[in-house]
Amino acid sequence: MVAKASLGVEGAPFEMDIERGKIAEFARAVRSSHPAHLLRDGAVVPPTFLTTQFFWEARVDDANPWSQVKMNQERGMHAEQEYVFHGPPPRAGERLFAQSKIAEIWEKESRSAGTLTFVKMVTEYRDADGKLRAEAILTGVETSKPPERKEGA
Amino acid sequence: MSFDKAIAGQEPGPLVIGPFTRTDIVRYQGASGDMNPVHHDEVFAKKSGFPAPLGVGMFTAGCMTTWATDWLGPEHVQRTRIRFKKPVFPGVTVSFAGKVIARDESARTVEVELWGTDDAGDAVVQGWMTFDFSAGA
Repeated sequence: MVAKASLGVEGAPFEMDIERGKIAEFARAVRSSHPAHLLRDGAVVPPTFLTTQFFWEARVDDANPWSQVKMNQERGMHAEQEYVFHGPPPRAGERLFAQSKIAEIWEKESRSAGTLTFVKMVTEYRDADGKLRAEAILTGVETSKPPERKEGA
Repeated sequence: MSFDKAIAGQEPGPLVIGPFTRTDIVRYQGASGDMNPVHHDEVFAKKSGFPAPLGVGMFTAGCMTTWATDWLGPEHVQRTRIRFKKPVFPGVTVSFAGKVIARDESARTVEVELWGTDDAGDAVVQGWMTFDFSAGA
């Protein structure tokens, strides 16, 4: 069950360095060989690259407030993901200062899955001057009934 | 790719990837840092109610969105929105494609709609991206 008390909870701030090697590794994993990802200096991040914040938040206690949501493992899933770049996409060599927050919780009735509980977590990434560079918006959903799970279904 | 060339009907052909393998999943998980065992550990996946380890939604989303940036240029990306529709299991082949749905001539931005379709013809992932060409190029 989604813990409604998690609404508004903020994670501890963490730093994220945008690294050339990680950009190249990530681009290869998602099957892109665009030269902009492989530049020696200032390699451009792929559109979903900020998901690698996993590595950086793991270094700081309580950086990821998602655990406070207590979403049921079997009935919870990733529904949507959004990335917004304020200005040009981040490039290798930049250091971003990030913080995540449980920003929204809402419910919706569904005929097939019962009550759906949606949770939105927003991570803001700022530069050293505090200017907003990017946002990652994760939307998870928990169904009140377990979904049907068939191979290929 | 320039703003002037991003015109509806001028999209490149679809990118077909597959059949997806467990190696694809493991490579993506290592690269992304999402080590959720449901995507690579058979025992864990079955205990969680899945017939097999299931693909990572963010992996298919990554392939879909770089199909668009390989075409229009990663340096122009302003906004990326992804909706996950259906899990992709190893063995499934996914075809990624998209099209220009809007152009703003004064702001010099282009909106693109994207989708990934599996062997069965079902949508597995959908996306919308905004590319900003206002800085030139």
